Amino acid sequence: MAAPLLVRPNRWDLLTIPLVLGLFGLLAWGLRQMTVPFEPSGVMRLSLDPWHLPEYAFRTVLRMAGALVMSFLFTFTYGSLAAKSPRAERILVPMLDVLQSVPILGFMAITVTGFMALFPGNLLGVELASMFAIFTSQAWNMAFSFYQSLKTVPRDLTQAAHLFGLSAWQRFWRLEVPFAMPGLVWNTMMSVSGGWFFVVASEAIAVGTTQVQLPGIGSYVAEAIRQQDLGAVGLALVTMLVVILAYDQVFFRPLVAWSRKFKFELIEEEEEPESWMLDWIRRTRLARKGMAVAGRLARRVLLRPPASPRVPSSPGPSWSRTLLRHAFWPLVLGLGVLGAHRFYTFSLAPLGWSEVLVALGQGVLTLLRVVVLIGLACLVWVPIGVFIGLRPRLAVRFQPLAQFLAAFPANLFFPVAVLAIRRFDLSPEVFTAPLMVLGTQWYILFNVIAGASAIPADLKETARSLGVRGILRWKRLLLPALLPYLTTGLINASGGTWNASIVAEVVSWGDDTLVATGLGSYIAIATEGGDIPRVVLGVVVMSLYVVTVERLVWRRLYGLAEARFRLD
Amino acid sequence: MAGLGEHELLRLKAVEKSFRPPSGGVQHVLKDVSFCLREGEIVAILGRSGSGKSTLLRICCGLVTPDGGEVLYRGQAVTGPVTRMAMIFQSFALYPWLTVLGNVELGLEARGIPDEERRRRALATIDLIGLDGFESAYPKELSGGMRQRVGIARALVVEPDLLLMDEAFSGLDVLTAETLKTDLLDLWVERRMPTRGILMVSNNIEEVVWMADRVLVLSGEPARIGAEVPIPLKHPRDWESPAFKALVEEIYQVLTRRVRDTSAQKSPLAMRLPTAPINQMLGLLDAVGQEATGRVDLPVLAEEMGLEVDDLFPILEALELLGFLKVEKGDAEITAQGRAWLDADILERKPLFAEALVRAIPMAAHIRKVLDGRPGNRAHEDRFLAELEKFLSEDEARRVLDAVIEWGRYAEIFAYDDHSGMLSLENPGAQEPPPEETGE
Repeated sequence: MAAPLLVRPNRWDLLTIPLVLGLFGLLAWGLRQMTVPFEPSGVMRLSLDPWHLPEYAFRTVLRMAGALVMSFLFTFTYGSLAAKSPRAERILVPMLDVLQSVPILGFMAITVTGFMALFPGNLLGVELASMFAIFTSQAWNMAFSFYQSLKTVPRDLTQAAHLFGLSAWQRFWRLEVPFAMPGLVWNTMMSVSGGWFFVVASEAIAVGTTQVQLPGIGSYVAEAIRQQDLGAVGLALVTMLVVILAYDQVFFRPLVAWSRKFKFELIEEEEEPESWMLDWIRRTRLARKGMAVAGRLARRVLLRPPASPRVPSSPGPSWSRTLLRHAFWPLVLGLGVLGAHRFYTFSLAPLGWSEVLVALGQGVLTLLRVVVLIGLACLVWVPIGVFIGLRPRLAVRFQPLAQFLAAFPANLFFPVAVLAIRRFDLSPEVFTAPLMVLGTQWYILFNVIAGASAIPADLKETARSLGVRGILRWKRLLLPALLPYLTTGLINASGGTWNASIVAEVVSWGDDTLVATGLGSYIAIATEGGDIPRVVLGVVVMSLYVVTVERLVWRRLYGLAEARFRLD
Repeated sequence: MAGLGEHELLRLKAVEKSFRPPSGGVQHVLKDVSFCLREGEIVAILGRSGSGKSTLLRICCGLVTPDGGEVLYRGQAVTGPVTRMAMIFQSFALYPWLTVLGNVELGLEARGIPDEERRRRALATIDLIGLDGFESAYPKELSGGMRQRVGIARALVVEPDLLLMDEAFSGLDVLTAETLKTDLLDLWVERRMPTRGILMVSNNIEEVVWMADRVLVLSGEPARIGAEVPIPLKHPRDWESPAFKALVEEIYQVLTRRVRDTSAQKSPLAMRLPTAPINQMLGLLDAVGQEATGRVDLPVLAEEMGLEVDDLFPILEALELLGFLKVEKGDAEITAQGRAWLDADILERKPLFAEALVRAIPMAAHIRKVLDGRPGNRAHEDRFLAELEKFLSEDEARRVLDAVIEWGRYAEIFAYDDHSGMLSLENPGAQEPPPEETGE
């Protein structure tokens, strides 16, 4: 084995190595802070001193990283199980579909109490609850992407692996994970973008009498709102901006650039994504050597040759398999019935059926807001997106901006809106509504930009040479070509908007609280009052709305768009 | 390559394979396939796409389990992937995230061969196959021919006892394919690889006559070994020699015998129609018609049209079914009807084609009759699919109906809406007119 100690560091190492060591130190400190003792009865307040902000920002990032680790573990297990076992697939995939539509924020009240009970007297319980909230916002689409990749691994590659005698474990790391990598990285990026919103929303939690503020940017903003300190809100905004930019540059850019090598296409691309960070790492000598050694160790573990020669699998099914086969559907059915029964005894029975009607009615109001706002957002952003997308130079510059805007947690802007509504004496029923799409409208924009820039040049030229202009051009060229992209954008935007209604229909500034009637405020108010049966009812009703809209509208639209208008 | 002893490397005894489509029923793919490959032999399996030859290859190495019969490798029953065999894939099947070296090392790595020996063997094979200088390249940086060299190196580095080739050269252009074949044959003839036998699957007649010692022709449905043609020529072989040409001609004759076999089927409605686009039928007929005699030798025709067996035979079969062409003894001859269709102008061709279609293809006549009998002259395709599925697998039924629909639409004996799956007698041009379209 080559002796890594003989490698001399180069100038790129000089910066990298202290940075890496520093990072490890910070990590250890952060983890230590997560597990300090904590009393739920005592109210924990953050200081608004701006000097604390870097520390808070780091804690927020750490929470995000923790959630990401959870998401990956979940993705690898759930995705593999769904892809490998046809029986599990039939239940896991539809379940994922429903989970994607559940308004996560509504669950905070339930999960916080659960996790706090797991770690009594320690902050870790609350930290985990917050991470879990973030996890639920990002894990589903990652798992789905992984599952779909596993289902599409080319047969020849799998057979080559079989013939070379790779074990299932080796196949997983050598073939399946690399094949899934580009899709997984892209979905992770989208997940993290969405996750900032939930970090901010989940750090300051109040359920009934329990009030927690986890040290972080979200809590800092919550405290600033309580103390009506507009300057502090501004500082938090700037910090968040820096954090997101740094996260993008230091973490995701390199990751995306690196994951290109896993792309399963044998054509070289014209434009390779670039990252200064990745270039930097690639230029270091000692640090790279260190990584190579670590990589070799990892490969030892992951690619261990089979300990014993392959044992041919026994022809007959074992008794446990037989049992599973017969018990599977009854088990699933039993769990379903149990869940429905629990829901009935816990929520429905004490609240009564009239409460269901109330929740459904409130749902109509929120649905109305979602529809109107998404429609308005389309009217604004589709023309703008097309304008940008048809101009490649502009698109290259605007696309990252739109993605950044989608990642920026819109809830940080809510206090400003409250002030404006008060100042001009506007109706909160109508004017808090735009807050719901504040963060989600960008999905429409950047999908439209992507769609417009993907229109093949020859189609545009044909339109021009045939004299197709104005409304006809929109009808015959632009809208059909955009539809698959626009639908993707709309699906993302509408899901996010429902979710956002939980934090956007009740907004406050100090003691001044604005409430818009709707299912979102229904859940939010029940959470604040510690009224768990109502929270559960609200969440179930909202899921029902989201799933119904998804099935009736989005899925059909998507099917049509894919079948008819996909350009390839 | 005789003289290496008569050791049997591989023996198949009455191998059977069928697939069970989810709609029920059984589709037999292979039936009663028996053959043997001895040490020092190159055996080629020739057949058309969908004839089950790739499945057969995968049965030989244990990737696919047969439903009946037995596979013996050096006298021992094959029950799982045999790691002493290696395969070269048509699609190359390289791992794009591994470098050339990484791809070549993969099989050694899986066997737990120590780092140093692994590197040494991989580099030696890379040299052998003419890839030196490309060790650190990723597959996407390479041309198709270089990629397949990696595929070959990856297979050879594990020193396989038996080498399998699954249409290994059909993804390459003619020139590249020829170079690769020659290089591989050189290694084989000069015994520079430890491999004791090669089993190849191909749809290219010249290729198998060029490389193999024995050609097994798969034919029939389900497929069985219809003929065995020994190739007694010495390497290197000469494309232009009369002996070579005679062997090519002989195999064409064996294959055209099969064309007529399929036209006699169980139910006339469920006739297994070939998938042949109208324009290709016209093009091929034109090529035959241009000969003064109206008669062409099939190898000549194939070369002239640049078509391989997979593409050529469905077109021949379709033209023959419709009565436009006669195939006999490796020759194709245009009929009077074919001549009339060919000489007609674009509009006149349609009624001629329609006439032939209704006369020759029972399913087409059947669809037309059902539509005529319905009050609204409409019927859903599912009805006809169900009729076909009584005799064919789900996929095959779909394919056959698609073939009928394509021909019927061209002949304008009925119209079809792809979205609703509705067949009707409406004028295809007047379907669902969007109101704004008329004004423009």
